[in-house]
Amino acid sequence: MIEVKKIEKYYAGKKALDEINFTVNEGEILGFLGPNGAGKSTTMNIITGYIAPTKGTVLIDGFDIIREPKKAKSRIGYLPEQPPLYMDMTVKGYLNFMYDLKKVRLNKQQHINEICEKVGILDVYNRTIKKLSKGYKQRIGIAQALIGYPPVIILDEPTVGLDPKQIISVRNLIKSLSKNHTVIFSSHILSEVQAVCSRILVINKGRIVADNPAELLSGTSHMSDKIVAQVDGDTQKVQEIIKEVQGVIEINDISHKGDNIYEYIITFEKGFDIRRGMFKALAQNDMPIIKFDIMEPSLEDVFIELTSRQDNVINGECNETAEDLQGSQEESLNDKEVLNDDNADESLENTAENTSVQRSDSNDSDI
Amino acid sequence: MIAIFKKEMSSYFNSIVGYIFIAVLYLFSGIFFWATSLFSDSASLNGVFANLLMITVFLMPILTMRLISEEKRAKTDQALFTAPISSWSIVLGKYFSALAVYTVGIGITLVYGIIIAYYTVPNWIEIVGNFVGLFLMGAALIAVGIFLSSLTESQVVSAISSYAVSLLILLMDGIAGFFTDKTLHEIISYLSFSKHYKSFTLGLINVADIVFFLSVCLLFLFLTTRVLEKKRWN
Repeated sequence: MIEVKKIEKYYAGKKALDEINFTVNEGEILGFLGPNGAGKSTTMNIITGYIAPTKGTVLIDGFDIIREPKKAKSRIGYLPEQPPLYMDMTVKGYLNFMYDLKKVRLNKQQHINEICEKVGILDVYNRTIKKLSKGYKQRIGIAQALIGYPPVIILDEPTVGLDPKQIISVRNLIKSLSKNHTVIFSSHILSEVQAVCSRILVINKGRIVADNPAELLSGTSHMSDKIVAQVDGDTQKVQEIIKEVQGVIEINDISHKGDNIYEYIITFEKGFDIRRGMFKALAQNDMPIIKFDIMEPSLEDVFIELTSRQDNVINGECNETAEDLQGSQEESLNDKEVLNDDNADESLENTAENTSVQRSDSNDSDI
Repeated sequence: MIAIFKKEMSSYFNSIVGYIFIAVLYLFSGIFFWATSLFSDSASLNGVFANLLMITVFLMPILTMRLISEEKRAKTDQALFTAPISSWSIVLGKYFSALAVYTVGIGITLVYGIIIAYYTVPNWIEIVGNFVGLFLMGAALIAVGIFLSSLTESQVVSAISSYAVSLLILLMDGIAGFFTDKTLHEIISYLSFSKHYKSFTLGLINVADIVFFLSVCLLFLFLTTRVLEKKRWN
């Protein structure tokens, strides 16, 4: 449905995209994962024909976006990073305009009504856009992308600025779209992409770092080397016992959680499962574990992991097993440091967002 | 194109811009109509048209300043350029909407003609000639205005540069006088809008003058589409 062939983009002589190459099949939900400034939006802008690539081609349903723009563009619904809303218009006026602009031939009022209902903006249908909240604006942006039910829908960070409840409803909406549409959507939130997509493309610094890494789909906990544990017992003793457990490297952080309960963040050797050992050792000393969890790695950790395998991926070996990973881990230590510096600022921001969304995930299951 | 035209028209009249443009035009043309025709017992509308020329030049940036710059600033151009329409449809839709508002504005002069007809027989040839001239000149200025609006994201920069260019166009005759070189003098005075406008005020509808204004329109609309395309390829 979407074929992106070797696109490159230069901005003022600087390479922003480097040989991006992938295809998306009909009915697939492709998640575009990458930190801010990785090239997600640039790629999406090229796919939708908003900007032209310096090199390479994009085919939508077989039509070249540069050579046959009208045919290609009529098959795409696009929500850019900043929803393209005319603030002075009413929701009604805006969606009617977008309907006319896209030259859609369906029953106009019925179609627009249907979409408004889908994204939940019927209650503000007659209001001026500038007076609405960010959540509504974002959803109006999604609504305009859906107008005409184009076979390809491209959403650039559709959940930014939404509250947890709205995030869940937008995710469900995206999932429901896959029945009739091919969807690409981008995010810098790992758990979100995991929750929605059937395929994940990881992009960093203008390059595809990994195409559908199995470990991202199945969960990232095995990439972690940290455990959070809350233990009831004398903290000095607990520390001594934990340090004795095979595989434990160090205890990074201790915080008091009430009464005699402390929370410990423990680093362990990757590949070791220290949980059984810890449980047994603490149980023998009558120190109950109150909470026990492997810390999910942050997006940055996953990135470092994946970028370190970048060369392998280019050779087409993207679905390595976890064991292979550890082998290449040490070789890439130097790369890691460089990356760490570059992403230092973003890392803070992303980790914060990550946690908040993970929380909303757990709400999801409650509901 | 029609979708964009309709959207721009509603945006002129949903905001205050369209009303202000028309109101100011009616106010000043009304004053001049009263002063130069009604009060001084003249059947000629030449005084009104001569003054309207200046007024339209100064009001025109109000119509054109936000047409494209605002789209760029608010990033709504992303919706336009990812829709299945060409750059020409976008530019023409916007162009015709500004032209429509402008025509409604200067249309008042025809009403003045009818008012005069109530008292005496007006010189319709002169009035129509003036109207056509004013219309064509406005059409060319709007094209220039849209072009300038496509160059920037700021409405203010767009408006100020339109004023500067409009002034330059008005002063072209005077500027031509500074050049002693004959060819240069002729080229610059040929580019003068008022020179081409003048024959219309006498009721002469000259094909060469019509072609001049239409060429200016086409040239600047074409340049606008190029500017928009260029942005995509940069």
